[in-house]
Amino acid sequence: MLGRTLREVSEALKQGLVTPTELCQRCLSLIKKTKILNAYITVSEEVALKQAEESEKRYKKGHSLGDLDGIPVAVKDNFSTAGIETTCASNMLKGYVPPYNATVVQKLLDQGALLMGKTNLDEFAMGSGSTDGIFGPVKNPWSYSKQYREKRKQKSHGESEDSHWLITGGSSGGSAAAVSAFTCFAALGSDTGGSTRNPAAHCGVVGLKPSYGLVSRHGLIPLVNSMDVPGILTRCVDDAAIVLGILAGHDPKDSTTIQDPVKPFTLPSLTDMSKLCIGIPKEYLTPELSSEVQSLWSKAANLFESEGAKVIEVSLPHTSYSIVCYHVLCTSEVASNMARFDGLEYGHRCDTDVSTEAMYAATRREGFNDVVRGRILSGNFFLLKENYENYFVKAQKVRRLIARDFVNVFNSGVDVLLTPTTLSEAVPHTEFIREDNRTRSAQDDLFTQAVNMAGLPAVSVPMALSSQGLPIGLQFIGRAFCDQQLLTVAKWFEKQVQFPVIQLQELMDDCSSIFENEKLASVSLK
Amino acid sequence: MATPVLRWCCPGRRWVFAGIGGVSRHGRGVPTGSTSSGKRGQSSVAQQPLITAQKPRKGEREWAAVVGLEIHAQIASNSKLFSGSQVDFAAPPNSLVSFFDASLPGTLPVLNRRCVEAAVMTGLALDCHINRRSLFDRKHYFYADLPAGYQITQQRLPIAVNGSLVYSVCVGKRRSQMVTKTAGVKQIQLEQDSGKSLHDSLRSQTLIDLNRAGVGLLEVVLEPDMSCGEEAAAAIRELQLILQALGTSQANMAEGQLRVDANISVHNPGEPLGVRTEVKNLNSARFLAKAIDYEIQRQINELENGGKILNETRSFDYKLGCTVPMRDKEGKQDYRFMPEPNLPPLLLYDSESLPTGTDPQQVINIDQLREQLPELPRVTREKLVQQYGMLPEHSFALLNEVGLLEFFQNVIKETRAEPKKVTSWVLNTFLGFLKQQNLAVSESPVTPSALAELLDLLDRKAISSSAAKQVFQELWRSKGKTPAQIVAEKKLELMQDAEALEQLCRSTLEAHPQVVTDVKKGNPRAINKLIGLVRRATLGRADPTVIKEVLERQLSL
Repeated sequence: MLGRTLREVSEALKQGLVTPTELCQRCLSLIKKTKILNAYITVSEEVALKQAEESEKRYKKGHSLGDLDGIPVAVKDNFSTAGIETTCASNMLKGYVPPYNATVVQKLLDQGALLMGKTNLDEFAMGSGSTDGIFGPVKNPWSYSKQYREKRKQKSHGESEDSHWLITGGSSGGSAAAVSAFTCFAALGSDTGGSTRNPAAHCGVVGLKPSYGLVSRHGLIPLVNSMDVPGILTRCVDDAAIVLGILAGHDPKDSTTIQDPVKPFTLPSLTDMSKLCIGIPKEYLTPELSSEVQSLWSKAANLFESEGAKVIEVSLPHTSYSIVCYHVLCTSEVASNMARFDGLEYGHRCDTDVSTEAMYAATRREGFNDVVRGRILSGNFFLLKENYENYFVKAQKVRRLIARDFVNVFNSGVDVLLTPTTLSEAVPHTEFIREDNRTRSAQDDLFTQAVNMAGLPAVSVPMALSSQGLPIGLQFIGRAFCDQQLLTVAKWFEKQVQFPVIQLQELMDDCSSIFENEKLASVSLK
Repeated sequence: MATPVLRWCCPGRRWVFAGIGGVSRHGRGVPTGSTSSGKRGQSSVAQQPLITAQKPRKGEREWAAVVGLEIHAQIASNSKLFSGSQVDFAAPPNSLVSFFDASLPGTLPVLNRRCVEAAVMTGLALDCHINRRSLFDRKHYFYADLPAGYQITQQRLPIAVNGSLVYSVCVGKRRSQMVTKTAGVKQIQLEQDSGKSLHDSLRSQTLIDLNRAGVGLLEVVLEPDMSCGEEAAAAIRELQLILQALGTSQANMAEGQLRVDANISVHNPGEPLGVRTEVKNLNSARFLAKAIDYEIQRQINELENGGKILNETRSFDYKLGCTVPMRDKEGKQDYRFMPEPNLPPLLLYDSESLPTGTDPQQVINIDQLREQLPELPRVTREKLVQQYGMLPEHSFALLNEVGLLEFFQNVIKETRAEPKKVTSWVLNTFLGFLKQQNLAVSESPVTPSALAELLDLLDRKAISSSAAKQVFQELWRSKGKTPAQIVAEKKLELMQDAEALEQLCRSTLEAHPQVVTDVKKGNPRAINKLIGLVRRATLGRADPTVIKEVLERQLSL
């Protein structure tokens, strides 16, 4: 049952084939079995079981709240959850229990979803590996998959297996791993420069970054307010659409959300491909791109073309300036957003009490890791009066040009852009940490951050396994607020490529519960 | 001398400051003693009071002072600028703090419509241009009572710009003449108030109260168009009245709803402006004037002594009556301004630009607010002068006290007495009593109706004016009694019986032949003695002028 999609399991719940409590317990047990992945910082077992009990009562009365009622979900540990510790994987917020729920969390709970726990990440979501948090790195479930292990055995030169575990990508690596390892049916990530799409690509799941302003950020502990968007990680595109339908819409607590009402939607099936125009941005063909990803990318383009869609090469001329501008804007907002962590109202406070200033300094030195402190330092540099025009303002101007590039392309008749999500498949942790966080982020965000600069919706869809047996995902980028159209195209693509299911038998001794297909034969899907 | 003599304060008053020790003007750069500027300024002022109303002597330098003001007015609104927390000056510490006010991570600002309306109304009242699009910025500094580490303000593009504040100052020998002045309003911006730090030096602790954190402020920046403490105080007073008339701020300085910082510099007329200092913590109009005048004098003394003015922040020590450098603001702060990414640009509309079909709750129409503007104090005063033939200074006095104008108007409505008489009674007797007992108009034991009735009695000569004073005193003391009752009880009504008065006069003359002789000898004071005697005999109930007439007739003078 756990191997199914959200939509399937939702149907099974409605038909009484499984109860919320059963589902919850199975997920909890799987979370324990996959503890080695380090996907969760906090497992909210008691809360989840209580919620399952409530959900079960509703189902018995026939008063289900909807598609999400009784569905186990996980939430990245940078979303505020009332009564549940929210750490951002930082010493600064260790032990911090928010008194309120983020709007997106509240919306999930209002729909009857079961909160399994809070997932691991890079400290304050700053990173692209999910390796730089105080709770240690997240391990990619594919490290333990049959598909990867078999390929490795062929090439194995007798190294120990465990030392070669792979990173998940990040910063929402915990959420991606949690969905990939079947411990929940959907997870919330956050996406500032690719933090949802990058781990989704590495973990073989769907990662959606909605349009900026479509989903409330209230309660999401910010990285870069002008680019942050709550992200959605699921095992298929339809599931992402279901969750988006629930999360989207105006929030009076977030003034940057759109005023127009948004209704839940189901994705239609694409029938007339001839009306579709796919753009291939030529600037995304960079020397760093692995040949495998590149060939899959062109294969995907060919697929669209062969099915009747128009596929054209397009240009986004300012692409090469994007990552450096992203860096300036990101660190500047980080410097500002992190100013509140002074040890006074909440979070870590040092023992020094010589003076308020000394207390601030020690608190922040102890509370933040080097990555966070480094970004604060550079951000403050960019915001200095003497530098503001040369860095921040200039970066903002280029940001506008980047956004305009996209507008021009979409105005020329392109519906959706198709690009790689990452340069290559997931790399082993040992290899990943050879470069520092900043270099890694700059490389890994290459294809993803421009979308955040422009506020557009984008989704990473797993396409195929690499020669090493690891997932590779491609990214679709849509017009602002045309998330539904974007997902419709992604869904068609997903159906064509038939990405294989991860085989985690070796990691989990008791696999019967995951791939229990007998019962499902009787689930009728509409 | 080519340069006109400095009019430092008000027309008619010429202040010239004598140099000390004859240090040459070129010696200004010499840094003698500039490190101890604070103390020196203090002592030299004590030795050398302002020299007023003197003609400049040869070789004396003239100084012009330039004063600009930054005013922070707390917006009168039920909730804070960006959160739903209540605003209440007297609430227990930290009882009005939302998650946003405490800067809990993940919270976002949501702009309070009422605060925007208050800013627009204030801008309109000060003849400002209202920006149809304004922006919010973050201003960063670490301070214990600033939980987010930044204040949201409007640095780049404020909501209102380019206005003017018209105010008046008293001039002339008896300070009874009003002269109108104008100070430019550079801009009005919306911003957040900070919390309060309470330093407990005994336990070396700082306690933080966040009730005030996030309360909406209007920062009004006045151009450096003023030149002395009195002008600044008058400008602030007028602004206070305008804010109160609009209802956009209670503007009570003692409660911190109106806080003023002054930028002050001095220079020689015709030369570029001098280095300015900023004086903070000015929490009453009186201290504002004092601090500015002190600082001007300090700067002049400093320069005359060859010292230098530092661009620094000083605070006014109201106990010592002087300004002192603020220690905690060493060096220049770089506030690292940045656009506030969580608030879209604030768009305002007028009736023409209002997009059709918009929810009126979601937009602000400037024209609509303009129509709703109440009468401004300047207009009210002009009307008083026109309608009642009042002296301008009396119209100022009536508006200066909260509720006094309303009291006056209520008396006018109910009495037949002349407006002049009413004005005099309200401004002299009534206000005098209030001031003496330190009461607000609303706390007065005398109602407008009672005073109106009293003035009626006076008007139809039922009582003398001295009796009226007595009645007023009695009204003040014994609440609930009407003037008529008091007059009856105390037998204060004037003698209406002419025959009886004739009789009394006659018997007084008979009883005091010596005084009568004095009168006839031409002693002018003797008649007054007789009048007094008759008045005493009437128990003060007769009009002295009438008594005089009768006596003069009887003495056939």
